[in-house]
Amino acid sequence: MILSPNTRKTLKALETPTEKKGKGSTNSIWRQPLAIVGLTIVGVWVFVAVFAPWVAPYDPYSQEFDKFIPPSAEHWMGTDELNRDILSRVIYGARISLPYSILLVVLSAIIGTIVGGVSGFFGGRVDATLMRITDMFFAFPGIILAMAVAAALGPEIRNAVIAITIVAWPVYARLVRGLILNSKSSDYVTASSLLGSSSLRTLFVDLRPNISGPVFVLMALEVGTALLLLSGLSFLGLGATPPSAEWGAMVSMGAVNFDRWWVGLFPGLAILTAVLAFNFIGDTLRDALDPRTAKALRD
Amino acid sequence: MNEILSVDDLVVEYNRNGSKVRAVAGVDLRLEKGEILGLVGESGCGKSTLGKAIVGILGAAEGEIIFDGLPVKKLTRGKRPEHFRNLQMVFQDPYGSLNPRRKIGAQVIDGLVIGGMHRSKALARAQELLGMVGLPADALGRFPHQFSGGQRQRIAIARALAASANVLIADEPISALDTSSQAQVSNLLVNLVHELSVGMVFISHDLSIVRRISDRVAVMYLGKIVETGTVEQIWESPAHPYTKALIAAIPHADGRSTMPTDLPGDVPNPMSPPNGCRFHPRCPLAMPDCAVIEPEFVTLADNRQVACHLQKAGQEPVSLELIPRVPAP
Amino acid sequence: MTLLNVSDLTVTLATSTGDADAVRNLSFSLDHGEILGIAGESGSGKTMTALSILGLLPYKGKASGSINFEGREVLGSSKKEFQHMRGKEISMIFQDPMTSLHPMLTVQTQLTEHMRYHNKMSKSAARESALKLLDTVKIPDPASALRAHPSQFSGGMRQRIAIAMALACEPKLLIADEPTTALDVTVQAGILRLLHQIRDERNLSIMIITHDLGVLSSLTDKILIMYAGSEVESGPTRELLSNPRHPYSQGLIAALPGASREGKFLTSIHGMPPELGNFPSGCAFHPRCGFAEDRCSVPPIDATVVSEGHRIYCPVNPFSHDRVEQS
Repeated sequence: MILSPNTRKTLKALETPTEKKGKGSTNSIWRQPLAIVGLTIVGVWVFVAVFAPWVAPYDPYSQEFDKFIPPSAEHWMGTDELNRDILSRVIYGARISLPYSILLVVLSAIIGTIVGGVSGFFGGRVDATLMRITDMFFAFPGIILAMAVAAALGPEIRNAVIAITIVAWPVYARLVRGLILNSKSSDYVTASSLLGSSSLRTLFVDLRPNISGPVFVLMALEVGTALLLLSGLSFLGLGATPPSAEWGAMVSMGAVNFDRWWVGLFPGLAILTAVLAFNFIGDTLRDALDPRTAKALRD
Repeated sequence: MNEILSVDDLVVEYNRNGSKVRAVAGVDLRLEKGEILGLVGESGCGKSTLGKAIVGILGAAEGEIIFDGLPVKKLTRGKRPEHFRNLQMVFQDPYGSLNPRRKIGAQVIDGLVIGGMHRSKALARAQELLGMVGLPADALGRFPHQFSGGQRQRIAIARALAASANVLIADEPISALDTSSQAQVSNLLVNLVHELSVGMVFISHDLSIVRRISDRVAVMYLGKIVETGTVEQIWESPAHPYTKALIAAIPHADGRSTMPTDLPGDVPNPMSPPNGCRFHPRCPLAMPDCAVIEPEFVTLADNRQVACHLQKAGQEPVSLELIPRVPAP
Repeated sequence: MTLLNVSDLTVTLATSTGDADAVRNLSFSLDHGEILGIAGESGSGKTMTALSILGLLPYKGKASGSINFEGREVLGSSKKEFQHMRGKEISMIFQDPMTSLHPMLTVQTQLTEHMRYHNKMSKSAARESALKLLDTVKIPDPASALRAHPSQFSGGMRQRIAIAMALACEPKLLIADEPTTALDVTVQAGILRLLHQIRDERNLSIMIITHDLGVLSSLTDKILIMYAGSEVESGPTRELLSNPRHPYSQGLIAALPGASREGKFLTSIHGMPPELGNFPSGCAFHPRCGFAEDRCSVPPIDATVVSEGHRIYCPVNPFSHDRVEQS
């Protein structure tokens, strides 16, 4: 394209783009203390879960020790009511709690995103119907519904996951629907349509990047909740079955044997640190996502 | 014929509390290739609504919009037909018209990729276009928040050019920018119109800028166009009392302390517009007929159009002397 | 006696990168019944100047120098002293009439609230006063207007109500921060005429802050042009606009779309105004100035008198030898 002298003259007057600070990467955000703590703790637990057979001092199911030994040099966390080493059980517990919590979050995110996505995209009666259904699920008190489902299906960690997924997906649906409705009225979505984009393409190309971030934040924050719910169900006897070394079930035993403080304390601490760590990560993700706080954290 | 866009009897409605409001109440418009038509009016006149209807964002309740020979329809869920992708819009808000989460390059080539062009070829073309709007090639990989408002508007213009726009509807494209950026983006638009023979409807409330850059001007009031003509005609001998009042209200920075002329009263509620001529309650030259019969939009001898009982079709325009309704303070 | 005398006003704000001066050594005065226009781009410090007169600086903002109102020093007043002054001696109206009026309270409440506080009036006396005020600002049917809420009025009407509120306790000085920027041009014309009329009737002094040179030209008696917190030029309106001497003022006027009829291309001053805390040394405009010399970056920049009441802050003073032609 040959440009006339006028255009070239105009272009000379146009300034070079101002280089704003940073390239949009979020590397420095992860240097915040909260993020470091969160990532470290999760890292430790993941490591422990993966390398459990090498890290654990004893076999978690072995009942060869004495009953109720308080924490000592041989048993850092003592032994439980069935003569098993608690430290080993806590370590192996990570192999249940972590993967199942994450699985739960992923499942509910998928279901919720699809429902919210369809709802927001189509609008109208589809939206109204789906949202009423979502409201129904929202209205149920989570743990009670989970209990009911778990009781109906039988106590097993797999059924506990199903039960909790049923109560956990609505929050994603609401979020995704809200994000889509918000973005649908943006000028850039209109611009895409003017350029010839079908609504479906707009959904996947234009809207998806605006949805995925907040959804991931929510997922990170929800892992902690999922873990707590799973442990809770197991605590109530509706999740992991004995002799599984699951933290919630272990805390349950600890509640019964209150005077042997170490039985419930250590699995409880395990739950606490894991949930806290995921919450820290979730918070950091959310700050990283919001361009204003991201800038403030970077500077 | 050089005419690329024509609008006839266009009516655009919206719902307010159950009743229909006519934001655009019957409008005729013409645009030629390589022409800049300034569309001016004050808040609530419907100029933005008109712009959106022309492009297809809003549907027409009545009337017809013909772009390059074919009638424009409202946007649907499917792909906008290829023919109409040459009819593009530049939006007012430079911060909302670009997706904050996608790279500039991806957004500029959207039009090309949708049209079937291979991605790498499209990116090369995008580089060219960014060069045309005065941005360096490495802008392709950056995100919108790394650019200023003026630069974002230029990116939005590059995106419209990528779709080989023949007609640009620019809805207040510089109102949200600082003064230097306003000049730069305005100059860019003017250049592109002339280089590429693009037709542009420049919607603005800023009469001074419209006066500088437009070839023709259309003046809107309460959903109707009251006058169209060349820039010289409109400014030097306005044929409609509202046009005259509008121009007289502009304060001049000549240091002569002349007070701009006031137009008393408020714009009526579009839900219940006045009978007859919509402007008659505020018009200093209103006659009894004006309250009863709505004036037709007619063409005068010097080829401009106006809707006013004081002007007769086919005649030379009658020059207006505004008698102020209220003595000046 | 001059009504308002500002000398060497410096306003320091707390920013994320430390303290920064938003206003630097500003001096100006205002007589009774005079209208002063303060012009400049955003970031020039014009709003901070106004806020410092009323003690409304943002958190951790400090002002130094002297602000003398009716013979007394205002800077350093206590909170109570400022409260007593605001609305009664000095009033202010703002840019956006949508947000400067309370959406939930009736017009009557908003008009009479401070009347009753400052003047200890009874409810009925205040209402009478309010009716008269609405008449002054030409609101049709004042009695119904009193019972209504701001959302029932158009932007121009709301600005008139805001002006009525500002006049309620008969202040001597009205500060108007971009009062017509958000309004349509015909509505703006009405507000400008109203302000002019009120000045004539009440001998009210007005300080109007705006970037719009057209507004300044029609309304003001004298103009002060600010750039990066400092004055660059000031003088009587007619003189300054027909004979601008500072390169920045020249640039502003040349950049007006109505400045010339030649062609469709607008000019603008190259570059962007500097950011707070990063003002260039000496004359802050020198990096963008086509006439800049080495001495422009060396403080202090002293005033040069152009004519009676007209001065510039420019060591180069490039137009001193010829009267500049206005097209």
